[in-house]
Amino acid sequence: MKLIVNGTERQVEVEDDMPLLWILRDELGITGVKYGCGIAACGACTVHVDGEAMRSCQVTADTLEDGMEITTIEGLGTPPALHAVQSAWVEHQVAQCGYCQSGQIMQAAALLAEIPNPTDEDIDDAMSGNLCRCGTYPRIRAAVKTAAQTLQEA
Amino acid sequence: MNKPQSRLRKYSRRAFLIGATAIVGGVAFGTYALKRPHDNPLEADLAAGEAAINPFVKITSNKITLIAPHADKGQGVQSAQAALIAEELDVELDQVEISFGKPAAAYWNTAMAGELAPFMSFDEGFAARTTRSALGAVTKVMGLQGTGGSSSMPDQYEKLRAAGAVARETLKAAAAKVSGVPVAQLKTARGAVQLPDGTELAYTALAGAAADLDPVTEVTLRDPKDWRLIGKPMQRTDIVAKSTGTLTYGIDLKIDGMVHAAAKVNPRQGGAMLGFDASAAKDMPGVQQVIEVQGPITERAADGSLTTRSGPVGVAVIANNTWRAFQALEAIDIEWGKAPYPAEMDGHWQVLSDSFTEERLDTDWRKDGDVDAALEGAEVLEAEYRAPYVAHAPLEPLSAIVRVDSDGAEIWAGHQMPRFLQMKVAGALGLDDQEKVTFHNQFIGGSFGHRLEFENIMVATEIARQLPGVPVKLTYSREEDFAHDFPRQIAMSRSRGAVKDGKVDAWDLQIAMPSVLASQGARLEQPVVGPDAQIISGAWNMPFDIPNLRVRGYKAPALAPISSWRSVGASSNGFFAEGFFDELCHAAGADPMMERLRLVNNPIHRKVLETVADMSNWGSELGPNRGRGIAMVESFGVPTAEVIEVTATEDGIKIDKAFVVADVGQIIDPVNFENLMQGGVVWGLGHAMNCEITYSDGMAEQSNFDSAEAMRLYQCPEIFIKGLENGDKIKGIGEPPVPPAPAALANAIFAATGTRLREMPFANYVDFV
Repeated sequence: MKLIVNGTERQVEVEDDMPLLWILRDELGITGVKYGCGIAACGACTVHVDGEAMRSCQVTADTLEDGMEITTIEGLGTPPALHAVQSAWVEHQVAQCGYCQSGQIMQAAALLAEIPNPTDEDIDDAMSGNLCRCGTYPRIRAAVKTAAQTLQEA
Repeated sequence: MNKPQSRLRKYSRRAFLIGATAIVGGVAFGTYALKRPHDNPLEADLAAGEAAINPFVKITSNKITLIAPHADKGQGVQSAQAALIAEELDVELDQVEISFGKPAAAYWNTAMAGELAPFMSFDEGFAARTTRSALGAVTKVMGLQGTGGSSSMPDQYEKLRAAGAVARETLKAAAAKVSGVPVAQLKTARGAVQLPDGTELAYTALAGAAADLDPVTEVTLRDPKDWRLIGKPMQRTDIVAKSTGTLTYGIDLKIDGMVHAAAKVNPRQGGAMLGFDASAAKDMPGVQQVIEVQGPITERAADGSLTTRSGPVGVAVIANNTWRAFQALEAIDIEWGKAPYPAEMDGHWQVLSDSFTEERLDTDWRKDGDVDAALEGAEVLEAEYRAPYVAHAPLEPLSAIVRVDSDGAEIWAGHQMPRFLQMKVAGALGLDDQEKVTFHNQFIGGSFGHRLEFENIMVATEIARQLPGVPVKLTYSREEDFAHDFPRQIAMSRSRGAVKDGKVDAWDLQIAMPSVLASQGARLEQPVVGPDAQIISGAWNMPFDIPNLRVRGYKAPALAPISSWRSVGASSNGFFAEGFFDELCHAAGADPMMERLRLVNNPIHRKVLETVADMSNWGSELGPNRGRGIAMVESFGVPTAEVIEVTATEDGIKIDKAFVVADVGQIIDPVNFENLMQGGVVWGLGHAMNCEITYSDGMAEQSNFDSAEAMRLYQCPEIFIKGLENGDKIKGIGEPPVPPAPAALANAIFAATGTRLREMPFANYVDFV
């Protein structure tokens, strides 16, 4: 099976039931995507599959189709070329341990792609599936708003 | 080239000892250094022409490396430590590489033991009374290089600035020698010495000359008004990497030739593995090997005493991919032995309930007035409070990479106690010297106390022992992480109190819990003697002059193995103390804030209370179905007060706002300070709401975040933070915001609904929205 991962074509041959999370981390060596729970309860493994935010621990190989586009945090932006959401995360200094933040950022980017100017309720709805054990929620809320503003002005 | 090197070794060691003691003066660090000279751990790797001016600064011809030995588990302490050095060294943080360094006695934490000791920060009289306590044992168990107890900044605040100043002045002396310009005419900025004519000599270019010099130890620390970095907002050095998925955590690390391992150890913690059938697993894709795991088995004798022997405790799978190892492990039938503690929760609570006895009395450090006389004949208010076991569950599951060779071991993992880690691994492998265990510390995706423990390291070492020469990466499933946590202590309090003339007058507070320190000490094979201050921390040191007050701690027998959980004893005791104090205020008909302000016994704590009262506009009308609660707890020397506002909606309690004030003496970075304070409040509230570990059939019933989720973003209140700097000593902020949060929430819920919550988690009694 061919997947387009962060813009690059990758060949993947694995068991049908292997989750995308482990295809990315252990087969392709992309570690920005994190394992936190394996049951879609924490959101640390959130990636975009054809532009949609998904918990990669629940997306098994047999549900992926040839040519699907997978974007991980590494594909969203890079240190010298940050995505607006990543810039906002840096500006608000959101991360503490940072382990959940790849998933938070991917979830936020998907939210803003769908709703450019989210209300507080939209943010609560979209982001509450992403657990942060360090408790950075106040900064996540603020950073999502800043990113929304930046993207709208762009 | 041999000569300069050998001179350097001598000088750099002297620099560490003389420099640090002469500059810092009377602090504990000097005492330790004088009594116990530590080698400079940077020397071993130095080439000619490279300077390790002290254990914290290394300069080569192309790089400046600052050593930040305190583990960074998300609290931003790598940045903070680097900033302390950089402040005096005159480098910017984007000019340096920051390293955790390697385990070394030179990185001894001089503040950790002190913070665990039962000193009331505002009353030295109490300190004298209690110096006979467990301090010696605590120091022995915890005082080596370690991160915990909110001690990083107290430990490093002077030490690292001094290290930066010694390095700067030595580099200036080197520049003077090279240029012929007197030191007095030299300035430093951005990693270079500046000559009067504007010429800049980069520190890196001066490395060789500095290596040939006696380090300059006659330096003075800068006046705080001249600081460039400390006290001002900083960009954390890890923030871009953590926002781009480019930071490598321990769980992300790869070593050439590495295999993936997953393990199950008896979920009845301490129990034996009686047998297993791996026939279905062996042929699964990617599976290379199934291994029996040996480890400590704990057995309880009829008289309740515990003995430990070595034997089979679990099973591990070696595979070519983490998920395949997880899958194969699930296909193995394993028979588990019994747990060395009660199988059901009733048994645990019964043990606590039976522990309020004279034989179990551990501490009676607070005795003001005459409680017995005051309660005699008074109308006595009585209440029992309970706090459950709670998991740490950092979001990065535990992991470790270990390679065992014939003459040593190499380990890559994130850990808070590197020296003990070396000792434990050396012991398990029968190595005669712990220096044969090489440890590479890693960035940590959360700890909250779990990475003070060694379970992941020891299981990985045991597997690697059976695969000599092969790096083994052990990754815990989330379920294994929950099953093998050493949770927060279970605890119970009993209060009897009375009011008189509209005032709180008498209170007899008793707390029972098993000793966290004893549980940790048993795993380290370090018996802990004497009282355990954590059993009453956050309660005995309440800063209120209640006329008749007695606080007693009872050490319950060991139950499930437990460990330090963010704020340790105070995490339960803050709730017990400030919850019942609120009950007494209401019984007296007094306003809970006004009564605390009336009774608060020192100006630092008073200011904290007054500030939170102002911020929260205490006393103003909130409207129907709303309420606010106040709690103030001192832990780790930091007085912290919180006001929580809630609304009782038709669907349940909504937490609207939190106002939080703490006095830490000196704030290093106000941005990180705010973030850590907010996080501590979220931690305290979230676990009070809906987290517990309950044992059934000897196993934790909660196995993942669906059954222990703490706070979600939609439940997070607006959190307003204010840091005060009136205290005369710098304190850490990792833990102090946690203890007041449960009580402030319970007190707010009482104010809004009339329902008094005396047992966590509150979701067992009320709904939250």
